[in-house]
Amino acid sequence: MFVRGLKRKCFDGEEDIEGTLAGIKAIPSYNLQRQSLLDMSLVKLQLCHMLVEPNLCRSVLIANTVRQIQEEMTQDGTWQMINTQSTGQTSLDRLVSTDILCRSSREQAEGKHVPGYSTFNKDFEDDQTQDSSETMSTASSVQAPRNLQSNVWEMENPQENRGNFQKSLDQIFETLENKSPNSVEDLFSEVDNSYYDLDTMLTGMMSNTKMGHCDGLETFSSPTTTTSNSNCKSDLNELDHIVEILVES
Amino acid sequence: SYAADIISTVEFNHSGELLATGDKGGRVVIFQQEQENKTQSHSRGEYNVYSTFQSHEPEFDYLKSLEIEEKINKIRWLPQKNAAQFLLSTNDKTIKLWKISERDKRPEGYNLKEEDGRYRDPTTVTTLRVPVFRPMDLMVEASPRRIFANAHTYHINSISINSDYETYLSADDLRINLWHLEITDRSFNIVDIKPANMEELTEVITAAEFHPNSCNTFVYSSSKGTIRLCDMRASALCDRHSKLFEEPEDPSNRSFFSEIISSISDVKFSHSGRYMMTRDYLSVKIWDLNMENRPVETYQVHEYLRSKLCSLYENDCIFDKFECCWNGSDRQVHIVMTGSYNNFFRMFDRNTKRDITLEASRENNKPRTVLKPRKVCASGKRKKDEISVDSLDFNKKILHTAWHPKENIIAVATTNNLYIFQDKMN
Repeated sequence: MFVRGLKRKCFDGEEDIEGTLAGIKAIPSYNLQRQSLLDMSLVKLQLCHMLVEPNLCRSVLIANTVRQIQEEMTQDGTWQMINTQSTGQTSLDRLVSTDILCRSSREQAEGKHVPGYSTFNKDFEDDQTQDSSETMSTASSVQAPRNLQSNVWEMENPQENRGNFQKSLDQIFETLENKSPNSVEDLFSEVDNSYYDLDTMLTGMMSNTKMGHCDGLETFSSPTTTTSNSNCKSDLNELDHIVEILVES
Repeated sequence: SYAADIISTVEFNHSGELLATGDKGGRVVIFQQEQENKTQSHSRGEYNVYSTFQSHEPEFDYLKSLEIEEKINKIRWLPQKNAAQFLLSTNDKTIKLWKISERDKRPEGYNLKEEDGRYRDPTTVTTLRVPVFRPMDLMVEASPRRIFANAHTYHINSISINSDYETYLSADDLRINLWHLEITDRSFNIVDIKPANMEELTEVITAAEFHPNSCNTFVYSSSKGTIRLCDMRASALCDRHSKLFEEPEDPSNRSFFSEIISSISDVKFSHSGRYMMTRDYLSVKIWDLNMENRPVETYQVHEYLRSKLCSLYENDCIFDKFECCWNGSDRQVHIVMTGSYNNFFRMFDRNTKRDITLEASRENNKPRTVLKPRKVCASGKRKKDEISVDSLDFNKKILHTAWHPKENIIAVATTNNLYIFQDKMN
């Protein structure tokens, strides 16, 4: 883990906006750093899900940070822009493509040791296609949260997947027992669509857990392979069905 | 194994004669202070290992398919009532009451057994004698007397023994339970901040402690930087606080990390019970129980880290939970102590407003050397002997410190080592 020698400049929200250079250079820097912080936070939340039992205090603090960023982004309109871009390839005028697209995560990929995060970077870079890296990477950075989720799940680790399958079952059991699960994904399981990326990522995780990584599941029923992240409810019904079988046997 | 040696808690008993440490491997090691050496009147007794035992083992929660760590989160001593010593130790889920007793005699002269334990042929017994106790080498035994389990869904972060010495509280992320030391099969839930809908969870309990004198009063701190004082006489479930301590946010220092660094990692009452101290990521605050809207004193532990918060968030250091402690119950002197990075620890003298930074490391650990004060250079030119922020080692963190209840002896835990320092005597 990167602990020694804090060489990266830490960002302070206010100082860039007051930069003497034209707003155009200062503002994207703040936006990009904020985006980077959002992405980093989402990765941390995902890593929480893979650990044996997440530290609830840490998860809550990170989740609150994500909410704060999203609220601010909603207020200054950048959140809307992200939504537009995820559907098509609308113009990137608001974001200036510059080399600051140090994509702070790229710098990290060079020097850092946070395991999940560097995986994210590698996969994210693989996703870049024909367009020039500068302009495309801006869009990709914006889409990162969504790519992140599928990349993370491709990590083919049966141990982790089993653990997460157990967690999904765990949620069902706890729901049955009238207890709410203590895992972070349920913090957001019914969040409305304005929190698009987070919702996508987290419900996507729930649907992905049933995508045939676990043999146990296939024994019970034929899993619906959902490629999109919609229909969380139908997935829940699927799991209800499994629980019935478990309980009856 | 290496990781198991990581010290996770340090606590002196009420007399200061014993010092207990818990580690990540579930072990408790107790040190005992030697009797004062009469020939060397200028030194107090050293601490040597007195007892070692395995308090908690790793467990597996089969329903959730999760391992329960054996790491000891907290140890609290009971005041001594008889020859034996008692302490409570807890991991994430289970609290145990341990009895530590000495055996320095053993019975000899049984009629039906030989000294080595073999049974004698009864027909060879011609006379009867009374067995007598003879001295033996001191043996210290630890035995679990009570196991308080299955009361916490979330991870236990605090235990605190009440001033009635009959009850104690245990706190996890969302709930606080009250126990009677004699009764293990039930506990009373006295605080529950779990929302009906877990989606709405934005705040957790981070620490809790009973008032030192008032057995109905306790406080708990939260991840949003608040402290709530509760009176158990008010209602069975202390969901409404009697007092809420919170300092308004400084708008000029606001950032995305403001909430995280405001999260309180430790809360400790002063010996008198009139004040309490809280530790958040960058500072130590002293609160007067009669004033809820702001602390009476604030001490900056490592303000130079404020500009590095983004990196500290990235490497997770921002979530480190530092503890704090008061000096012993000396009425004249009021000092508070807490740890930092690079094996530094800090002391703040409330009377003189002076502070000092010291380092717990092997180079300084020759007996009788006086610790040299350290200084961190935040920016600009680094003076000789100063250390720049960028060369601090964030792997070397001092999270746990303890102060002898009566003397100026302190115990400081680095990752794997325990350091015991005493003040220079005249």
